[in-house]
Amino acid sequence: MFKNIMHHRASSCSDCAKLCCTKIEDFRVKIGNLTIFEDVSLHLHCGQLTALIGPNGAGKSTLLKAILGEVAHTGSLQYTAADGRRKGQPIIGYVPQYLRFDVSAPISVMDIFLACLTEKPVWLTSGRKMRPRILKNLARVHAEHLIDRRLGALSGGELQRVLLALALDPLPDLLLLDEPVSGVDQNGLELFYEILAELREQEDMSILLISHDLNMVARHADQVVLLNKAVVTSGTPEEVFADKRTRQIFGLLTGESQEETQGGNA
Amino acid sequence: MNEIYALLDILLPFDWAHYTFMKHAFLAILCITPLFGLLSTMVVSNRMAFFSDSLGHGAFTGIAIGVLLGAVSPLLSLIVFSIAFAVFITYIKNKSTASTDTIIGVFSSTAIALGLMIMSQGGGFNKFSSFLIGDVLSITVEDLQALVFVVLLVLVGWAVLFNRLLVLSINSAFARSRGISTFWVESMFAAMLAVVVSISIQWVGILIINALLVLPAAAARNVTNNVKSYQLLSVAIALTAGIAGLLLAYYFNMAAGATIVVLSAIIFFVTLLLKSRFVR
Repeated sequence: MFKNIMHHRASSCSDCAKLCCTKIEDFRVKIGNLTIFEDVSLHLHCGQLTALIGPNGAGKSTLLKAILGEVAHTGSLQYTAADGRRKGQPIIGYVPQYLRFDVSAPISVMDIFLACLTEKPVWLTSGRKMRPRILKNLARVHAEHLIDRRLGALSGGELQRVLLALALDPLPDLLLLDEPVSGVDQNGLELFYEILAELREQEDMSILLISHDLNMVARHADQVVLLNKAVVTSGTPEEVFADKRTRQIFGLLTGESQEETQGGNA
Repeated sequence: MNEIYALLDILLPFDWAHYTFMKHAFLAILCITPLFGLLSTMVVSNRMAFFSDSLGHGAFTGIAIGVLLGAVSPLLSLIVFSIAFAVFITYIKNKSTASTDTIIGVFSSTAIALGLMIMSQGGGFNKFSSFLIGDVLSITVEDLQALVFVVLLVLVGWAVLFNRLLVLSINSAFARSRGISTFWVESMFAAMLAVVVSISIQWVGILIINALLVLPAAAARNVTNNVKSYQLLSVAIALTAGIAGLLLAYYFNMAAGATIVVLSAIIFFVTLLLKSRFVR
């Protein structure tokens, strides 16, 4: 609870003039004649975890790709640092939904860090100089022991943590996570959210997370945005999950469990 | 050249090394097989085996066009055409929604048909049949000079490109999210492959050149766990198979390119058996 008070629980419509935040305004993506989503405006505050929820095909992943600049879109993206000194394009870290890759590839965790962080070809460098930095990156996600492991030998949860560690160097202003918990067991899931909580507090970064696990969202998110071709509703988890439209979209199951908790509270 | 010949005579006091054509062949293999070893690692990792196969077919048309034009040197027209062919396939592949192997299949078969059409004009195809099998003993001093130039060029390109190519080989969406221009990296790599294929096609032969761009890395990745050992082993396999193949071909009077490929294939099957012992 204390944590929640510490992290100003602003709803998405609040002004972020004085705070460090990323402002997304009027995002719209059209592919051919098909509008994937439109009228998407979000304020992502630093030190907050914003969860993006919505049914399949709502445009969640496309929104992240638009923020990354990978998908052509209209609308503006503006980052303002807390002291107002830095404005404009934020440094964005991205953790993909899942990484489809050849599991037999002879690539170690160390190799992928070297390839992403240095210009010096991996086959020429011993990487001794970079090793401490890579270990530090991995330590952030509790994965130092994985440094010499082959990428294909990692479990789903381990791979997600390694990808998260990669997204954290250089340290981003805005961290985008696309369903980072699919294919991860319950323990891995808990650990992942713990790491996100640590990051949010220590590094004061904005985190935008696509999730299908509404329980986890309810417990860990500061702000929830329900997307379905446009922003349907947004606000604190309580506000969004109490909303009729949320229950409609996610069906009876969520509605019932939500009613139960409300009944318990009353 | 004479100094190099003298040096080779001292270093290699064997019967076969007395002949100038064998010296040339030996030097060529010493230069080109490490390149095959290096490039093949990313051909295999990026699942480009079919693409590299089509480069050989493209080279076929390149030769035909060179003959048709007549005026320019055949090697130059071959290299220029192959690069254009490789970059064009990469471009279409990135633009089109059709599956990659369909696109490569279309271009590959078009290229070989076009080449055959031009070459067979007037019924003179036989003089080109040496390109199908290749002749390592036909290497001239000029070929060697061009080869050294290509080796330097590819090594520089490999150093600049490698890390991006490695990230790309893991997942292209991931590479794009790290700010890597996938089209640029793929095109550069394709162009490098095209140059290496063009320069070596006359002595390896169109029929088997692709094997050299796949087998060394396919064998190396069976028994390695990180990028460095993967690259080193792939180069070592290509070099060993290259030199051993040349000598076997000399003593038993066989096509050197084919012998090298068969040796590489044997190494591949040996590593396949050893896989469970090495891969963690």
